[in-house]
Amino acid sequence: MPEVRVVNLTKKFGNITAVDNVTLTIRDQEYFSLLGPSGCGKTTLLRLIAGLIEPTSGEIYIGDKLVNDVPPEDRDVGFVFQTFALFPHMTAWNNVIYGPKVKGFDMKQATTVGHEVLEMVKLHERLDAYPGELSGGMMQRVAVARALAAGAQLLLMDEALGQLDAKVRNEIRYEIRKMAKDLKLTGIHVTHDQSEAMAISDRIAVMRKGKILQVGTPQELYMNPDSIFVAHFIGESNFLEGYVTGKNKEGNIIIELREGTKVEALNGSFSEGSNVVLSMRPETLIVEHGLQEGQNVVSGVVERITFEGSSIRYEIRLDNDEMVIAIKPTLSGDWLEVGERTKVFLPVEYTRVFPYPETGLKEELSVA
Amino acid sequence: MTERITETLDKLSSRNVVKYVVYASAIIIFFSLIFIPPIAGIFLKWDNIQFILEQPALVNRALGAIQNSFIIALTVAALDLIAGIPMAWLIARGKNRWLSIIDTLADIPFIIPTTALGYSLLLFWSGSGGVSALFGESIVSTGWLLVMLLHFTFSFPVVVRVMVGALLDYKVEFERASRTLGAAPFTAMRTVTFPVLRPAMISAFILAFARSVSETGATIVVAGVFENGSVFIQNIKTQFAVSNPALYNGAVVFASFILITVSVGIFITIRLLGPKLKLPLKRVRPQTERKLSYKTAERSRNTVILAVFFALILLPSLFVALSAFEAIPTPTFTNAISGSGIWSDYWQSLLLSYGVGGIVTVLNIIIGLPAAIIIARNKAGKFMSSIFDLLVNVPLVVPSIALGVSLGIFWTSSLALPDFILLVLAHLAITYPYFVRSMAAAVERISPDMEEASRTLGAKPLGVFRTIVFPLTKYSMLSGAIMVFTRSVSETGATLAVTSKLQTAPVLLVNWIKQVVPASQLDIALASGFLVLFSFIILLILRLVVGREEKY
Repeated sequence: MPEVRVVNLTKKFGNITAVDNVTLTIRDQEYFSLLGPSGCGKTTLLRLIAGLIEPTSGEIYIGDKLVNDVPPEDRDVGFVFQTFALFPHMTAWNNVIYGPKVKGFDMKQATTVGHEVLEMVKLHERLDAYPGELSGGMMQRVAVARALAAGAQLLLMDEALGQLDAKVRNEIRYEIRKMAKDLKLTGIHVTHDQSEAMAISDRIAVMRKGKILQVGTPQELYMNPDSIFVAHFIGESNFLEGYVTGKNKEGNIIIELREGTKVEALNGSFSEGSNVVLSMRPETLIVEHGLQEGQNVVSGVVERITFEGSSIRYEIRLDNDEMVIAIKPTLSGDWLEVGERTKVFLPVEYTRVFPYPETGLKEELSVA
Repeated sequence: MTERITETLDKLSSRNVVKYVVYASAIIIFFSLIFIPPIAGIFLKWDNIQFILEQPALVNRALGAIQNSFIIALTVAALDLIAGIPMAWLIARGKNRWLSIIDTLADIPFIIPTTALGYSLLLFWSGSGGVSALFGESIVSTGWLLVMLLHFTFSFPVVVRVMVGALLDYKVEFERASRTLGAAPFTAMRTVTFPVLRPAMISAFILAFARSVSETGATIVVAGVFENGSVFIQNIKTQFAVSNPALYNGAVVFASFILITVSVGIFITIRLLGPKLKLPLKRVRPQTERKLSYKTAERSRNTVILAVFFALILLPSLFVALSAFEAIPTPTFTNAISGSGIWSDYWQSLLLSYGVGGIVTVLNIIIGLPAAIIIARNKAGKFMSSIFDLLVNVPLVVPSIALGVSLGIFWTSSLALPDFILLVLAHLAITYPYFVRSMAAAVERISPDMEEASRTLGAKPLGVFRTIVFPLTKYSMLSGAIMVFTRSVSETGATLAVTSKLQTAPVLLVNWIKQVVPASQLDIALASGFLVLFSFIILLILRLVVGREEKY
C-alpha cells in the first residue's frame, strides 16, 4: 500500500533514451495507468520501478524508501508479465505458491496463503494443470494470484491483458481493479489501449518518446488535453490549421483557416499572426439540415458515412479541402447521405487552440 | 536452361509420388547405410565369440577395459556439466566485451583433431618441457588420470556450446518473474532456470558422454598401459590380428557388442528417464541462498571457472604450438615443406583426411536434408517421425571403433568393397547424426506458417524449399557441414577398425607418436602444429558463418 515516487529518472539503452528525465508520483492505493504508443518508454518505466533494470540516473522511492539499490526480490512488488511468464515446469498451484516457498515459508504456511489468493481471484479448478494446458484467461488469473501470493503491496501489470480476447479482457479488467481496491494495493497498469486505461484508472500518465506529456484523471485528459498529442491519443479530435488574425470583444481569438474561412475560438493568449491548430472533438460538431449561414458555420460535402450502432460518423470534406469528422447520435433521426452538401457548425465553447508544432502537425500526431 | 530445369523440378515436386519417393529413399538410405551396418555386422561373426570365451583372462581384461570406458565417460560428462554450465552462463549472460573472444576460444578443443590434442596434453602434463619441468618430474604420467583430463578437455566445448545456445534461447522473463516473486538470483537459477533448461542439459550430457566413449586416437596416445574399450580393441588388433585371426575376431566382436549395447542402453535410459526426473522444489533457505547470490560469490565463481578453463583446458590444448614453433628454424621444417622422408606420407594422409571429409560432407547434405525435414515436420507421421528422430542419434552414442568393427564386417562379409569406400561409409555413419540434428533444429525454428504462406502465394514444394527454407537455414547448413567435416577429419577409431592400408592424418599421427614409424619429437610436434593451424582456419570460417547467422 505504498506511494511510488520517481524523481528525474532516466534510462538509456546505448544511444536510445527510453525514459527521459521523468518525475512522477503515484499515490497510495491508487490504480494508475501508464498509457502511450509502443516504444514510448512505459514498459521500461515499469521495469525500473520493479527493479528488473537499473536506471541510468535518477531516484525511485517506494513508500518513502529509496530503492535504487534494492534488488527486485526485496521490493515487495507483484509483476504480471505481458506473456504471463508462468513457469512451464510447474503446475498452476505450484506457480501460485512459488513466492511463499522461495521466501522460506514451510508447506503449511504456503498452502494457507495459496488458498487465500485463489479465493480472491476466484480460481478453484484445474490447479494441477500445467500452464501450457490453460486458456488465456486462466493463465491471467494464475499470474495475478501468483503475484498476490508473494505478498505484493504494489501490483505492476505490463500489458497484462493484451493477450486476451476482447470479451474476457473487458470482464477481467474490472475484476483486477476491484481486487486491487479491496486489498488496498497500489496498482500500476501499462497499456497502449486508451479505452482500457480510461475504463479502469484513477489517473493516467500519457507518455511519448520517453517523456510524460500529461497526468490526470480520464475526464481531465479527455476534456482538457494540454497538447495536440494527448487530444489525439485520448479519444479522437479534428485538427484544423490556421493563423490568428485578431481578437473580438469577448476576448476570443479569430482564426483564419486555409482558403480564408474565419472562425472564432476560445483562448485569448495567442498574439496576432501566430500559427495555430484548432482542435475539436467530433461529437461537438453540429451537422443538421437547415443550419443557417453565420459565425463558425462552414460548409462541405459528406464523403463517407459509418454506422457505429449508437452513433453515426460522418466524414465531411470542407470547401477548403480539409476533412472533418462529426459524430451524431443515431436516435437524432436527422440523417445525412453520401454526396450531400451540408453546413457544419463549430460551437465556440468546445474549441481548443494549440500553437502550431515546430516539427509540423503530421509529425506531432504520429504515434511511432 | 537452368531455369527450365528448376521449373520442371518444381512441378514434379508437387506430385505426391515424388514426395513419397524422396522421403522413402531418405529413410531407406538411413537404415541401409547408417543404422543397420554398425549394429548388424557383429552378429555375422557372432560364432567367433567362443574363442574368447575360452580364455577367461582375456574376457576379464575386455570387461575391465569396457568398464573403464563407461566410468570415464559418465564421470567426464558429469564434470563437464559442472564446469561447463557456469562457463556457458558467463558467456551468455556476461556483459564484458572480452567474452566473445572467450566464446571463440572455448571451441578450440572441439575443432582440433583429438589426436593432436592428445599429443599436446601429453607434452603439457607429462613431457619434460611442460608444467612437469617446473616440478622436476612428470605431474601426470600416462594412464587413467591423463585419459580423464583429455576427455574432459575435448568434451567440455560440446557442453558449453549446447548450454550457451540453450541459455540464449531461454526466456529471461521466467527468471525475472521469479525475482519479483521474492527469489534471490541463486534461488531463481536453481528453481526456475535449471529445471526449464533440463532438456538441454540432458542432451549436453549425452553428447559429452558419446564423445568420450567414442574417442580412440588420442586415448591411445595418452593411455600408456591403461586400457578402455576402444584402446582394448586396438591393442587386440596389434596383438592377434595376424597371429590368431579367430581369437581377434571373437574378442573384437565381444567387446564391440558390449560397448554398443551398453551405450545404447545408457542413451535410451537417459532419454526416457531424464525428463521424468523431477527435482521437487524443496524448502528454500533464503538467507544462505542470498549469500550465494552476492556479487562477490558470483565473481569468485567466474574467476574459478576461467582459471579452470585456461589452466586445464586452453593452455594444455595449445601447448603443442610451442614445440611446433621450435621446429621452424630446424631442418625438420624444410623436410616437412618439401615432403621428404616420412613427410610425404604425412601430406598424403592429410589429403586423404580432407578428401574423405569433403566427400562425407557432400553426401551428408544430400541424404541428410530430406531426413532433417522428416524429423522437423513429422513427414512420416508423428509417431514414426519421433522414432526416426530417436534412431538417428544411435550412431552418435555407439563407440566409433565398435561401429567401425561392425560396419566393416557387415560390408566385407557380403561384398569385397575397397578400403576407401569402407572408410567413407564408416565416416558417413558417424557424422550423419551431426548434420541431421542441426538441420532438423534449424528447420524447426522456421514457422510452418511461412511455408504455408509461400504455398498459398503459388510456390511448389521445391520452390518453398529454394525460396524460404534454404535461405533461412543456409548458415545452419554451413555450420552443420563444417561440423561434419571436422568430426570426420578427427575420427580415428572407426578408421583404425575398417582399414589397415589407408592412413588418415590422425591415424598416421598415432603411428608416429607410438613410434610404429620412427619420427622425432620435432616431426610429431610440427605435424600436430599443422593440424592445429588448419583447424584454426576452419574455426575462423565457422565463427564468420555463425556470426552472420544472427541477423535472422
